Amino acid sequence: MARKTTTQSKIVWTVIAWVVALVIFFPILYAVITSFKTEPEAIDGFSLIPSGTFENYITVQTQRDYFKPFMNSVVLSIGSTILALIFAIPAAWAMAFAPTKRTKDVLMWMLSTKMMPAVAVLLPIYILFRNFGLLDTRIGLTIMLTLINLPIVVWMLYTYFREIPGEILEAARMDGASLWKEIVYVLTPMAVPGIASTLLLNIILAWNEAFWTIQLSTTNAAPLTAFIASFSSPQGLFWAKLSAASTMAIAPILILGWFSQKQLVRGLTFGAVK
Amino acid sequence: MATQNTKTLARLMMAPSVIALLVWMVIPLSMTLYYSFQNYNLLTPQNVSFGGFFNYQYFYTDPAFFTAIWNTLILVVGVLGITVIGGIAIGLLLDQPIFGQGIVRILVISPFFVMPPVAALIWKNMIMHPSYGVFADIARFFGVQPIDWFAQYPLFSVIVIVAWQWLPFATLILLTALQSLDGEQKEAAEMDGANFVNRFIYLTLPHLSRAITVVILIQTIFLLGIYAEILVTTNGGPGYASTNLTFLIYRTARLGYDVGGGAAGGIIAVVLANIVAFFLMRAVGKNLDK
Amino acid sequence: MTLKTVLLGACSALAFAGMASAETLTIATVNNGDMVRMQGLTAEFTKANPDIQVEWVTLEENVLRERVTTDIAAGGGQYDIVTIGNYEVPIWAKQKWLLPLDGLGDKYDMDDLLPAIRGGLSMDGKLYAAPFYGESAMIMYRKDLFEKAGLKMPEKPTWEFIADAARKTTDRKADISGMCLRGKAGWGENMAFVSALNNSFGGRWFDEQWKPQFDQPEWKAALQFYADLMKDAGPSGASSNGFNENLTLFQQGKCGMWIDATVAASFVSNPKDSKVADKVGYAMFPNKEGVDNHGKWLWSWNLAVPASSKKAESAQKFIAWATSKEYTALVASKEGWSNVPPGTRTSLYKNEEYTKAAPFAAPTLAAMDAADITKPTVKPVPYTGGQFVAIPEFQALGTTIGQLFSAVIAGQSTVDDALAAAQATATRDMTRAGYIK
Repeated sequence: MARKTTTQSKIVWTVIAWVVALVIFFPILYAVITSFKTEPEAIDGFSLIPSGTFENYITVQTQRDYFKPFMNSVVLSIGSTILALIFAIPAAWAMAFAPTKRTKDVLMWMLSTKMMPAVAVLLPIYILFRNFGLLDTRIGLTIMLTLINLPIVVWMLYTYFREIPGEILEAARMDGASLWKEIVYVLTPMAVPGIASTLLLNIILAWNEAFWTIQLSTTNAAPLTAFIASFSSPQGLFWAKLSAASTMAIAPILILGWFSQKQLVRGLTFGAVK
Repeated sequence: MATQNTKTLARLMMAPSVIALLVWMVIPLSMTLYYSFQNYNLLTPQNVSFGGFFNYQYFYTDPAFFTAIWNTLILVVGVLGITVIGGIAIGLLLDQPIFGQGIVRILVISPFFVMPPVAALIWKNMIMHPSYGVFADIARFFGVQPIDWFAQYPLFSVIVIVAWQWLPFATLILLTALQSLDGEQKEAAEMDGANFVNRFIYLTLPHLSRAITVVILIQTIFLLGIYAEILVTTNGGPGYASTNLTFLIYRTARLGYDVGGGAAGGIIAVVLANIVAFFLMRAVGKNLDK
Repeated sequence: MTLKTVLLGACSALAFAGMASAETLTIATVNNGDMVRMQGLTAEFTKANPDIQVEWVTLEENVLRERVTTDIAAGGGQYDIVTIGNYEVPIWAKQKWLLPLDGLGDKYDMDDLLPAIRGGLSMDGKLYAAPFYGESAMIMYRKDLFEKAGLKMPEKPTWEFIADAARKTTDRKADISGMCLRGKAGWGENMAFVSALNNSFGGRWFDEQWKPQFDQPEWKAALQFYADLMKDAGPSGASSNGFNENLTLFQQGKCGMWIDATVAASFVSNPKDSKVADKVGYAMFPNKEGVDNHGKWLWSWNLAVPASSKKAESAQKFIAWATSKEYTALVASKEGWSNVPPGTRTSLYKNEEYTKAAPFAAPTLAAMDAADITKPTVKPVPYTGGQFVAIPEFQALGTTIGQLFSAVIAGQSTVDDALAAAQATATRDMTRAGYIK
């Protein structure tokens, strides 16, 4: 970028940007801070400096073991994402490189399957799950999460793949490259960022899905969304314990998001921009 | 090469996804359609009978029905407005050369990683609570009576929470679109003496149109189905002030155990959502073709 | 292709389920303090019964109720023991969704259960759920504030006295509200209190033909009284206060009086959490002058075995343990007598150690004895239930009307409008459900 900027304006922009960023991040920060306060401290007015107790985490862990729902969340979100990619990559590929008149309609139809309100179809799905023995199984929930996120995955991949210029393929073919070489040396490198960012986005969506994962699980397959539902409003003072449980539930995905945000952004750049 | 082959291959490649989604759509939809014509309360299973269109009539005449549709629209439009405008503003901000850009970006996108029930719980108990929330602390610091957000501005409060969750998504997409804007074009415009406002209207905004379309499309699909945030914070009230269509279905199907009524509500919601989607596609869909 | 995946998945899931140990009990319960304590003491049970393993599903009350109801109604068979209220027990027992508890053992001493509680959990003489803890409602008040205002709480106060006292003890400058009451919408939140209030004003939900009574003078008087009282003597933001919010307010010393569930007494008198622990007095749920009805609030959390459970025998073994006198003694030995689950057994209230540790024992027992939910109102009614109406439709109806009344407390609606809307919606729902012909 060849724009001239004075140090002065850079400082002004920096201050504004940091203020905005901190305001947006504040609720999360405050929950983390509160999780290190004692319960009376938590409701005793505004304070950014906790007494630093770990008591809440210990209480939460004794009431409900964190490890099992955590593992379920990991398995479900990664499993359903991989499954969705296996289904979606060929479909998106076909739509992008061999589009027909109906491709757009098919895409819109796929997205419209997400418009059915989940609460209205719970009972039929519950009965189906019971009949197939899928209640409270990781397999059942993986299938479920795959199906709900599949439209978004197909759609995102389609927008990425479409950006890969067809001329490159032509050129490669002229050079006498075989289809195999074409895929390995030309297409894959161009598609990877898009696939990676779709993968990340879908892991986030699956991790945060809080309707089906609670309704269709009991103990064996219950992920962190169900873990949180154990702490939402018990009797008595609960602010600090709730903060601790919340922090435990969001920390893994938050950290993953932070580390992979460059990748996420690169993929999105590829897709959403002409 | 034979195009017929390509076409067949393309169909084969699409088949798994299409079939999976078809099954996923047809089975629940047909079962819901079936239930919507039954008088079926979960708690009195011995009284199941054919009800014709009674469930539809019952749902449609619910005193909260029109309020709920109106609230659904306000919620979707409100959140879209905040996230798109906020997303562009923050995108422009982050596009400036600043110190610690990486960290700022991480902070801004963080809300997207918070699961919806946790987001609602944090806002309800720690930020907007009339006695112990941060807003109340701020109000008391200035000697003002704290506002009881969920009682006085219920729908607005829900919109704020949902917008907070979706702002990062909009920001990310819009920011990446902004960054792809050609620097040379910008410079040329600057040299031509175009001021910031003009540059924004004639250069930046058209460039962003496709990204904005993406944001609107994806978010609308998710926003039409919002109910968990309402359940946690206002429970649809006071009165029907924050009841949207999905929450009304929730109340009928889950609190009332009215399987038939809930199914009818579900079908009505699907029809309305598709109408919205149709107009949405006509309004913004052409941006996707560019 | 997809179908195959599904089928394969289904098969392997079935195979897996078949292999799992036959005697692992899955217990669904709410995240209240007493249940969390029970969960913590599970090891004592499994030590005595090494062939039984226990898996807990602890969820917030509303999520739990939805989750469990769906499973039972759809025959999912996910739970061996469920925690349900005395609102659900008669409805579910009638559907044959619960197994009668006939295997609790000889040592169980069923006759020791409080008659009011036991009656609500039995059908045709069989017990369908065992009470874990029970509650009625009473007044908790600040003795110091009453003294300062020159007031003396009678043993059985009337609403007239209470309204006056609430206004006198209100001190806005010191952030003290004379009266804290539930305002948060929900059939188990504000409607529990308002229904009991209406009972004590001589009103009723329905007449003998199931016609809603919101157009009657009793409801108007009760709701107007409630709205005025909250306006003059209630805390700010009263329309979003539920049990828990009021508990916190009272513990922080911000309420002169609080009328709510008797279980709250052990929390407000616990010096660890409460700033006013040594200043709390108790009195009976008020009545309107000349109306012989003290609200008839009665609630219990109970353990029951769904008919779909295949481990009924072990499940009953666990229930017998968790609701026994021995369990009470176990909690007392570990956490002190004031922390034992109250309101289920007569013997507890005869135990001197308990009555000494719990000053609220006598008023609690008096309140529970006065709450005969088979005759909840002064006028005749076709239903049972004190602060609720024991019909399946009540949950949705109560929540909708709770919203309307909550809007009155929030100042967004008037008493007359809310009652008219309540009458309309109740008539509509009751007609649909076939009660009104």
